[in-house]
Amino acid sequence: MDGLSPRPGEDARTLAAGPGRVVGRAVTRIEDLPLVRGEGLFAADVNFPRQLHMRVVRAEIAHGRIVSVDAEAARAMPGVVAVWTAADVADIPLIPFRATKVRGLEPYCQPVLARDRVRYVGEPVAVVLADDAYRAEDAAETVMVELEELPVVLDAAAPPGEFAPGHDTEPTVVRKEYGDIDAAFRSAHAVVELELSVGRHSGVPLETRGAIARYDAAHDVLELHGTAKKQHWNRDEIARLLGRPPQGVHLFEGHVGGGFGVRGELYPEDLLVCAAALRLRRPIKWIEDRREHLVATNHSRQQSHRIRAAVDAEGRLLGIDDVFFHDQGAYVRTHGARVADLAAGMLPGPYRLPAYRVAGHFRLTNKTPAATYRAPGRYETTFVRERLMDAIAARLEIDPVEIRRRNLVATAEMPHARPLDALGTDVVLDSGDYEGLLDKALARFGWDAMHKELAARRAAGECVGAGLAFFVEKSGLGPSDGVRVTVDATGAVEVVSGAASVGQGVETALAQICAEALGVDYSSIRVVRGRTDRIEFGNGAHASRVTVMSGSATWQASLAVREMALECAAQLLQLSPAELTISEGVVTRADGLAGPSLTLAEIARGRGPNSPAMRGQTPGLTAERWFWSDHMAYPYGVHLAQIRIDAGTGGVTVERYLVANDIGRAINPMLVEGQIVGGLAQGLGGALLEEFRYDPSGQPLSTTLADYLIPTIAEMPEVDVLIAEDAPSPLNPLGVKGAGEGGTNGAGACIASAVDDALRRPGAITSLPLLPAHLRALLVEAP
Amino acid sequence: MTEALDVTLTVNGERHAVRVEARRTLADALREDCGLTGTHLGCEHGVCGACTVLLDGEPVRACLLFAVQAQGRAIRTVEGLAEGGELSPLQRAFIENHALQCGYCTPGFLMLGTALLERDPTMSDEALVDALSSNICRCTGYANIAKAVRAAAAEMRERVPA
Repeated sequence: MDGLSPRPGEDARTLAAGPGRVVGRAVTRIEDLPLVRGEGLFAADVNFPRQLHMRVVRAEIAHGRIVSVDAEAARAMPGVVAVWTAADVADIPLIPFRATKVRGLEPYCQPVLARDRVRYVGEPVAVVLADDAYRAEDAAETVMVELEELPVVLDAAAPPGEFAPGHDTEPTVVRKEYGDIDAAFRSAHAVVELELSVGRHSGVPLETRGAIARYDAAHDVLELHGTAKKQHWNRDEIARLLGRPPQGVHLFEGHVGGGFGVRGELYPEDLLVCAAALRLRRPIKWIEDRREHLVATNHSRQQSHRIRAAVDAEGRLLGIDDVFFHDQGAYVRTHGARVADLAAGMLPGPYRLPAYRVAGHFRLTNKTPAATYRAPGRYETTFVRERLMDAIAARLEIDPVEIRRRNLVATAEMPHARPLDALGTDVVLDSGDYEGLLDKALARFGWDAMHKELAARRAAGECVGAGLAFFVEKSGLGPSDGVRVTVDATGAVEVVSGAASVGQGVETALAQICAEALGVDYSSIRVVRGRTDRIEFGNGAHASRVTVMSGSATWQASLAVREMALECAAQLLQLSPAELTISEGVVTRADGLAGPSLTLAEIARGRGPNSPAMRGQTPGLTAERWFWSDHMAYPYGVHLAQIRIDAGTGGVTVERYLVANDIGRAINPMLVEGQIVGGLAQGLGGALLEEFRYDPSGQPLSTTLADYLIPTIAEMPEVDVLIAEDAPSPLNPLGVKGAGEGGTNGAGACIASAVDDALRRPGAITSLPLLPAHLRALLVEAP
Repeated sequence: MTEALDVTLTVNGERHAVRVEARRTLADALREDCGLTGTHLGCEHGVCGACTVLLDGEPVRACLLFAVQAQGRAIRTVEGLAEGGELSPLQRAFIENHALQCGYCTPGFLMLGTALLERDPTMSDEALVDALSSNICRCTGYANIAKAVRAAAAEMRERVPA
């Protein structure tokens, strides 16, 4: 018996419904202790002897031809070891993107240092390497970059401009279609048409990016520290781009100060520190400052949609036809066209839609490149789709809740396959009771009673309103993830996963699953993640995939170890495995009768490599399992808000908020609630505060946290969270669906709906964010 | 660049003799010269509060102070909160109430919260929200941070009867 391959029937075991011993319980996190003691290891905390500090010289205009870069003064400054421009890194290819179905994007990828042209303010043009961070910054300020200005493209919906000779600023158009869309519009009772847009905002984690590379010549290994999210893919690409075998490159993850989609992608700085460490044979440390972060790290969200719906007399959708413009910024980054693709694939959401056509114009502009941010493509399209549902309701004079009821996919229609794809997988809504959750949410929020109360407040002169948005998320992107569970000779349990952590509680969730399956204490389990030197493959932490994919693999590997332990114990105790159980790391009789027992430590020692009993077998109390999935699991939910607009300032106060979210199964309800409330804060930020603004020449205006406004506690409403487990996913043994993005997804749509209601002007809100000046203008012109 | 100055920083009761340029921030001196990396930098322009430390008991932004300005003052950082290995009531409350996710803003919030609790553990909810609005957390949505400070306040009120 070895732990390498599953045995017949093994994969069939699923986690029983309801809370278990540890799973389903709001236990405290195993991550927290070093973090509250100030003993964390974030990127800036990583130091190596003899390290050099890298400072990036960035473009100061949005589009220009590089005439010259003069670094002579910088090279002569004290402590400066090297200054590099594009010519010094000409051998490093453009930074690639992860494969999707969309082809032809290669010419639009970003070089590690700008060649010939700069295309956004903040683009790396040169780097200074010095023995001290302050000195590197001093020297960088003396590097003179002479640029000849070129015309800028700032509006993705404007006619395309030139990216480079022979390439315009529209690399591709994402098209999807099913059903007879023209017939739907010919037979429509009514056609509702809207122009809608979502502003440019992004994850903006509190820790900026950082990268520390070190070449270990003794072992011929290039190490990169301060990494996150996609270590294995990044490792493979760094190796390829720098001409090394992947085995000679290792990525390490310490603590990660928030990811939200933007951190852990392969950026120019990651490759620059690696190349410098190899060439200069000294460790290279780069820590981004906040101004850099706001112009250099991925932006997101900016789209404008022209959407039309054909409906019948009862308000049932017959077809949706959408044309949108996706503002990608200056280059294609590691996601390729993924956000536009997700927007196109996920737009229909929870509604029955007989015909659909979408054309997503993927456009480059002279702004910071964009990619995913929590609920990518869904925050945007939930706003668009739910605005559309509100508009249909208004046009046909049907209640907004009723219009949704009439269109929601029914439980009997699950699994509901759409002739569409997203992230390269077919969209098959796996399970759900959409209307049931809507009812629960409305009841919990006191929807009907609230409307009476709001009417009374309006009569008294207040500008108050309520809104709702229904959303469908996606989670658990495959195809695979592996986990190795090992009990060592002292009985300590280690879970090694190919997942990563961005601070969301991965370690605790995986430890709970392992503890439940194996029969040990969750709090002493060591969870290894984000390290390429401990596991050969991994697909990382993104797209709300970890608990589904790595969680399922942890479940299966832990069960395999359990079985192995029980079989060993059964032989030694002369009982059958079925008569035994494991609790607190001790194998005892399952019937509770007194009798001999064995600890997992004793069993692990018995399975050691020098144990005669192991001769001819693979030693160790250990098992590795891989979970595979062809389809995503689709969580869903409802956002409900009650808001007030200050008639004097146009400022919106969110008074009350409910997020109802069915995630199939909550491994840890406290962590799920934390994800939802935290996600909501970001969603509200994008709805009411956060925006990367540019002047007409492409100069960014939101380059400090005093200009780019993140919600503080003062902007957060009281939030009620309804975690539902009505529709476990049939696609994995835990029944789980991802919980990371539902709190964000519906926020923009919900606030827009509530503001419409407060203004008493259906359809007034057509864009996000809803800034006070705009609402003040709407209030003034209101009848 | 500029001449280095000899400065003695008293951090969590320990004296650190460091040699720094006049322009070196207190945050950098704590992190790089004293080796106390628990104090984090989130924006380096005084908005986010991640670098909050206590200077003679008052919460300050360590990114907006120069190390030389802290000479002769009592500095407290997150590393000094646990006494003899035992977590402070606020540190414990942060764990029990899931008041942290990535943990990057946590040292700043712990120091801010410690100052608030030492000043007035009976403060109103409104005053608490007002005070906590000076720091940014990007993960939690704040509800659990406020809950943790309230829980620690309740524990401290029980310990020291008014």
